[in-house]
Amino acid sequence: MSRISTFPDAGRQTTAPGGRQGSPLTLSEVFAEARSGAGAAGFVLSQLARGAAPILWIQDRMSCRETGRPCLAGLGDGRTLLRMEITRPADVLVAAEEGLRSKALGAVIAELWGDPPALNFTATKRLALRAEATGVPCWLIRHSGTADLSAARDRWRIASLPSAPNPDDTKAPGDPRWRVDLFRSRDKPPMLWVARHDRAADRLDLSAAVSDGTLAAGAGPDGQRAIG
Amino acid sequence: MERWQREQDRTGNAPSADLPQVLVVEGAHGPVVHAANRAACLAGVATGARVVDMRAICPSLRVDYADPQGDLAALERLALWARRWCPWTAADGQGLILDTTGSDHLWGGEPAMLAEMEGRLSLLGLSSRLALAPTWGAAWALARFGPVRAIWRGAADLAPLPVAGLRLGDETALLLHRLGLKTVGDLAAVPRLALARRFARAQLAENPLLRLDQMTGHLAEPLAPPDAPAVFCAEARLAEPIFDPTHHLPGLCDDLCARLAVAGHGARRLRLTVYRTDGEVASIEVAMAAPSREAAHLVFLFRDRLERIDPGFGFDLIALEATVTEPLAVVQANLAGGRDEALELSRLVDRLTVRFGVGAMSRAVPRASHIPERAEGRMPPLATPAPLPPPSLAERPLRLLDHPEEVRVLYAVPEGPPAQFVWRRQTHRAVRYAGPERIAPEWWQDRPGTRLRDYFKVEDDTGHRYWLFREGLHDDGRGGDPRWFLHGMFT
Repeated sequence: MSRISTFPDAGRQTTAPGGRQGSPLTLSEVFAEARSGAGAAGFVLSQLARGAAPILWIQDRMSCRETGRPCLAGLGDGRTLLRMEITRPADVLVAAEEGLRSKALGAVIAELWGDPPALNFTATKRLALRAEATGVPCWLIRHSGTADLSAARDRWRIASLPSAPNPDDTKAPGDPRWRVDLFRSRDKPPMLWVARHDRAADRLDLSAAVSDGTLAAGAGPDGQRAIG
Repeated sequence: MERWQREQDRTGNAPSADLPQVLVVEGAHGPVVHAANRAACLAGVATGARVVDMRAICPSLRVDYADPQGDLAALERLALWARRWCPWTAADGQGLILDTTGSDHLWGGEPAMLAEMEGRLSLLGLSSRLALAPTWGAAWALARFGPVRAIWRGAADLAPLPVAGLRLGDETALLLHRLGLKTVGDLAAVPRLALARRFARAQLAENPLLRLDQMTGHLAEPLAPPDAPAVFCAEARLAEPIFDPTHHLPGLCDDLCARLAVAGHGARRLRLTVYRTDGEVASIEVAMAAPSREAAHLVFLFRDRLERIDPGFGFDLIALEATVTEPLAVVQANLAGGRDEALELSRLVDRLTVRFGVGAMSRAVPRASHIPERAEGRMPPLATPAPLPPPSLAERPLRLLDHPEEVRVLYAVPEGPPAQFVWRRQTHRAVRYAGPERIAPEWWQDRPGTRLRDYFKVEDDTGHRYWLFREGLHDDGRGGDPRWFLHGMFT
C-alpha cells in the first residue's frame, strides 16, 4: 500500500502562498454520499490554500436546512467566512459566478441540494472558465445529487469512514477518515484513496484504497485517462 | 378642480365643460363650495359659499365632493416633479414654492422660465398662476393677487395688493378690513409700534406685522423641501419622451463621476430619477459598500434594476444624483501598481448586495459565548470585527444545524453516553463517543428554568460523526426526563 500526501498533479498551476499545496484554480465538483455533507465540506477545506483571503460560502436553502450551516468555530484556522444563504439554486450559481469575478476571494464554495435544472453543462462551463480566468478555486458541493454531465475539471465523491484510532482515548473517535474517489478528471488518473485528515497539522494523508496497487502504481498510459 | 376633471376624463363619464360644476367640502352649516369650474364661475358661484345658496342662483348646478387629502398628496408629488426646474422645491398646502436662485439663466431668463413652467403645467392639464419675487411671502401674494406671470420689480408692486395676500387667517383679514387697512401699502404705512402692540400675542399665521416682515424680507423664511437636494447631480434632457433609460445611463454615470472626481468625492448611494410626462417622478436607489466614482461599476449596479423603474407614459428628463457621498482621495495601494484587494472585495459586496438584497451576505464573527448558537454572530461583510475572544479549546463540529433536531436515544440512565439514536427516521448505532462536555446555561440572558447541556461527539457504525446533547439532568427539577438533540455534524 503506497502512502502519499498530495494528489498527483499534471503540471497544473496551483497557488502555494504558505509553501503548501493549494487546490487547483478551477472548478471542482464534490459529491457527498448520503449524510456525508460535513465530510465533503471538510475535504474541500483541507484542499484550500491557507491564507487570509476570505472564503465565499454559498448555500441554497435546502442544503442549509438538511446539512446545516458552516460553523466558524469548526473551521479552525482564523479564516474570514462570508456566508450567503440563497433560496433558489439558480441564484446560487449566479452568486458563485459573481464571486469568481473578484480576485480578492480565497475560494468560492457553493452547495447545492439535489439536481437543480439550472445546473447544466453550460452553467458549470461558465463557472469553470470564470474560475480559470481569475485564478480563484471554485468548489461545488452536491448533496444527494447525481453525477450528470458537467464541465468540472475534477469530480470527486466523498464518503465518511470510521475514524482513525484516537491515541488518547480508545473509546473516542480520532482523526476523520474519508473514502475519496476521484472519478473524473481532466488531467489526473481517476483513483480511489482513503484519506485521513490530520487536524493538528491540517494535512491530508492519503493511502490507496486498492490493495494490489495496480491503480496506485502510476498514471497509466495517456489514452486511458478519463476526460471530465 | 382640474384634477377632478382629469379623473372624470379617465373614467369616461366627464360632464361637458359648459355645465356648471362645483366640488364641495362639509362646512359648519352644510356643504360649502371648495372649487368651481369656469361655467359655474360665470354663473356667479363663489368659492366658500354654501351650496344651497348657490343652487338658488344657479339651479342646474352639479355638485360633487372634493378630495382635499388627495389634492395635498398630488401637490407633494408635483413638488418633486418640479425639481426639473430647480433643486429646492416644496409644497405649502396650497401651491408650490420653488427657490429658483441661480437657475433662471438655465432657462433663458426669468420671463422665459415662467413661460416654460406654465407651458409644462398646462401640458399636464393644470392651470397655474405664477409669480417671481425675492421672498416667499411676496411671491405668494403676487401669484394670487398680482398680474399674470408677475415678476418683482420693486417693493412698490406689493402696495396695491389686498391684505389677504399676507397669508393671514380669515378672521385677521376681516379685522384689518374693518380697521380700514385694505391693502398691504396701508398696513405698511401704519407705525410698527402700534401694530406690534395690537398683535403682541398673535401667532405667526395671525400676525400681520410678522407676515409683512416676511414679505419684505426683514424676517427670514427659508424653504424646507421634503429632502435635501443632492450636491452631485447629472441630468439628461430628452427631446422626446422615452421608456427605457438604459442607453442614457453610461453617459450620466460618466458625467457624475467626472463631477465627483473634481470634488474628490466618491458616491455611497445613488438615485436615478425619471421625470414622467404625466407629472410624476419615479426613482430607484442603489447603495455601495465603499465610496466609488468608477463609472463602469455604477452602471453595473443599475443594470438589473432599471426594469423596476415605472416609466408611466414615458419620461423626458433623467437625473442621476449622488445622495450620499464621502471624500475619496486618489490612492495608490502599492508601489508595484498591483490590484487592490480591499477595493475588489467591496466591489464584489456591492454586486452581490444589489442582486440579492442587503441581508443576503454576512460575515461570520466569533462571539464570547460557550453556547454554540451564540458563539457565532453575523456582521455586514465589510465591517471590522471586534477583537477576537480566545478560541475555545474544545472541538466544534464543522456544520451546525440552525435548530437542534430532537432525536430518540437509548442511553444508560441517568448520565450515560448514547448507545443508539433515531434521527430523521434512521437508526444509528453509536460505536465510539467522546464526552460529555457540559455547557451550563447563561443565567444572565437565558430564561429561568433553562437546562444545562451535555454534549457528546458520537461516531456511528457507518462512520459518520455527530454532535448530540442531552438537555438537562434527571433530578434537576426543571422539567421531566431530559431530552436529546442532534446539533451538528463533524467532518
